[in-house]
Amino acid sequence: MILVSLLFIPILAAILVLFIKNNKLANWTAILLSAFTLLLVLQTLAAPIADFDIAWLPNLNSRFVLHADGLAKILLLLTAISFPSILIATAKNEYKQKNVFLSLLLFTQAGLMGVFLAGDALLFYFFWELALIPVYFLCSIWGGEKRIAITFKFFIYTFLGSLFMLAGILFVNAHTVGHSFSIQSFVHANLTNAQQVTAFALFFIAFAIKMPIFPLHTWQPDAYEQSPTAVTMVMSAVMVKMGLYGILRWLMPLFPFAFMAHTHFVVALSVMGVLYASFIAIRQDDIKRLIAYSSIAHIGLMNAALFTHTQVATQGVLIQLFSHGINVLGLWIVADIIEQQTGTRSMQQMGGLAKKQPTLAILLVGFALANIALPLTNSFVGEFLMFNGLFLFNPWMAALAGVSIVLAAIYTLNMVQKVAYGDISEKINTMQGPNKGAQAVLIVLLILVFITGVYAQPLFDLTADTLKQLFVK
Amino acid sequence: MNAIVVSTLLGVIMMFCSWGIQSQKAQKNIALFGLFVLIMANLAQANGWYTFNYDTKGMLAFNLFGLYANTLMFTLSFIYVWINGEEISKLSNAAADFYSLIFFILCGVSILTSFDNLLMLFIGIEILSIPLYILTGADKKNMLSNEAALKYFLMGSFSTGILLLGITLIYGGSGSFHLATPAIHISTGMVEEQLLVSAGLILIFAAMNFKVSAAPFHFWTPDVYDGAPTVFTSFMATIAKAAGFIAFVKIFNTQYLALGYSWTILLTFVILSTLLVGNIIAVFQRSVKRMLAYSSIAQAGFMLFALYGKSEISNESILLYAVVYSIATIGIFGVLVKMKENSFEAFNGLGKAHPLLAFTTTICLFSLAGIPLTGGFFAKYYMLSNLLKAGAGLWLIIVAVIFAAISIYYYFKIIQAMYFTAGEPAIGPMPKYYQYQLLILAIVLLVLGVLPNLLLNYLYF
Repeated sequence: MILVSLLFIPILAAILVLFIKNNKLANWTAILLSAFTLLLVLQTLAAPIADFDIAWLPNLNSRFVLHADGLAKILLLLTAISFPSILIATAKNEYKQKNVFLSLLLFTQAGLMGVFLAGDALLFYFFWELALIPVYFLCSIWGGEKRIAITFKFFIYTFLGSLFMLAGILFVNAHTVGHSFSIQSFVHANLTNAQQVTAFALFFIAFAIKMPIFPLHTWQPDAYEQSPTAVTMVMSAVMVKMGLYGILRWLMPLFPFAFMAHTHFVVALSVMGVLYASFIAIRQDDIKRLIAYSSIAHIGLMNAALFTHTQVATQGVLIQLFSHGINVLGLWIVADIIEQQTGTRSMQQMGGLAKKQPTLAILLVGFALANIALPLTNSFVGEFLMFNGLFLFNPWMAALAGVSIVLAAIYTLNMVQKVAYGDISEKINTMQGPNKGAQAVLIVLLILVFITGVYAQPLFDLTADTLKQLFVK
Repeated sequence: MNAIVVSTLLGVIMMFCSWGIQSQKAQKNIALFGLFVLIMANLAQANGWYTFNYDTKGMLAFNLFGLYANTLMFTLSFIYVWINGEEISKLSNAAADFYSLIFFILCGVSILTSFDNLLMLFIGIEILSIPLYILTGADKKNMLSNEAALKYFLMGSFSTGILLLGITLIYGGSGSFHLATPAIHISTGMVEEQLLVSAGLILIFAAMNFKVSAAPFHFWTPDVYDGAPTVFTSFMATIAKAAGFIAFVKIFNTQYLALGYSWTILLTFVILSTLLVGNIIAVFQRSVKRMLAYSSIAQAGFMLFALYGKSEISNESILLYAVVYSIATIGIFGVLVKMKENSFEAFNGLGKAHPLLAFTTTICLFSLAGIPLTGGFFAKYYMLSNLLKAGAGLWLIIVAVIFAAISIYYYFKIIQAMYFTAGEPAIGPMPKYYQYQLLILAIVLLVLGVLPNLLLNYLYF
């Protein structure tokens, strides 16, 4: 039952908020209900949870199955932490028709929860789309100047990707015993090697667009830049994980032959994308674009690690799914505070934050260090394991990808330097500092960064079952 | 049988109503009541309560699929009249005439769902088409409407001629009008006879493609849809078209074997060109009404997948698709009919001015585009799955999927205008109850988007 409530509380909250005209009240309702979802997720972490399974479409042999293993749980946790944090941190931001805005955000949460919980391919596809549609409206209505065209590009890109996935689902479904959609029957589908490659390609395009991987990434920086920051946070902290989740949940178990056949190709592509994104990040002046490119680099690295198909790298990715979400969320919140209060995103016009707002500057430095995966921060654990796996796979690839650490240090520290140090600029001088809510969220997130950086064992324990499933046959 | 008899009687009764009853509202209510009676009469046959007994000598055969299709088409017509009654009465003082024509069309529909003989097919198509020509020209003082009616009539008659020629060739080759003859004859007959029968089937195929506006026989569609009064475009694009498809599936589900390998090539060619023409030209339209005309061609491309080989779910898929597509189209035309102009700009700011109406339009457009949580998704899903089970190549599915993504472009143009572009929508007075009527369509689409079984389970009782 608890799994269903994870899905339906956000939906109910979304409907409820839609009818609350008072902005403050709507905001509080959204925050409280999403916090309640977080509590429920925390409850699921301790013990294995039984699947929720009822009949849905008997003619199609599709069932409404919700399934939560370690992989699902770690992403549920990330989703559940992200939403209240985002809602609190952006509570003071002004949006027209705020109740609709909040409602759409909560619908997105429901979609994301569904994606991570679905144990049936058709259901998975449903939620995959459900998570996308509210975001389309959020970005198109509340986004920046060029929002309509850019969001449309983003929408068509991802929609085309998911339609390919639908074709893939149909294709695999036609080859299962009894035309079922459950994961188990998909895993045991009768596919020849050539058919596996076809289905693999169809699924992979959808996931690659979502993450995004190098040649398919062009929608992302623009979309991140033009979206309202609360939505950017959702997209980069949680939504991009959908692609990685899809690989772990569907690609690896379903198409082992095709997966192994494409490891070199995908790793090379990803590493190329990592370097490409890192170099572009160095050249950025816009703080949102910088974080966007940095995010492409990090996700690319995670994808490369997954495709090494080593146990150690996969473990790293499972940890990093969570850590990257927390870090990037912290960075976005700081960036949002600066943008809201100074009205600019250009780093040229910033400077002297450390003198004017020391607390905020300290928080920024904390997240920046986590972004470069310094030891003691959470990313170090994940990235260390990932590089370990990459090295086992191919030392040259590991070396090339290793360059991205240096590049990450360059662009992140450059950002810190431009924003925090130097003389107090005109724009920074007008800042009043973060409000209490945002500051509290940032502090909690930073504490989380260091706790999981020093003591990551709970995360290892949480994901042990998934790892076992993937690698011990 | 019930449906054919009752719809004819009702058509005649309606005709006399325009003579005796002056009130437009009363005429609409009589039509609604008549439709209700029609639905009940059909249900009486479907459930075995009462059936007019008449020996048709094998001309007609009533099966569950045909009767259920009747129920659905009549229910859709009921919804259509219920929503559009007011607009219909604006067109003429004698709106009862139009209702009478609608009943005659429904008579054609019920023949098309139950014919077992090629002659009955011909009669059904004619009964369906002739009232449509008249409805197209209903706006007597409008030159465009007249032009459209004439064009439709000329082209339609021509295609009917082709249909008749096809039937004749089959008769010449096999000596029978029975629906199952060609398929049997192909395996036993002599070479010349086989050639005649195949040629006849191909001619029927072409004529049916014309009726459902599949490319390359689609050229009449945009002009006729654009010229006809918007209310009747809505009827033409939905119920009349759906009936055409049901007849199409009925013929070729049993006959495709007769054409052998060339059938796949023919059908694939028609489907691909229909999808291409419909989707690509729709992208460039400036008028919403014309865009919807091309979109209806594109949707026909998807519906043609139901012809792809014989598979147990092709009946299911055509019914689901026809119903869902009709509901969504009736919804959008219901909004369009209240617009002062047909351009995309007319929709600017509708989201703010009439949130409920904009929501309905959005759901209908989502459904046409095939986005999950709306009935349109399952409609497309069934079609594609039908295709795969019939043994078509994966490439065809991928092509279909790419065209579905293209269709997003032109459907979402309306959504962008409604929600993201500020402005004053060019819309006439919009009473609250009308908005709720349309909202019901959106709710039905959403329900079918989660539980399509509600519609399909009846096929198995």
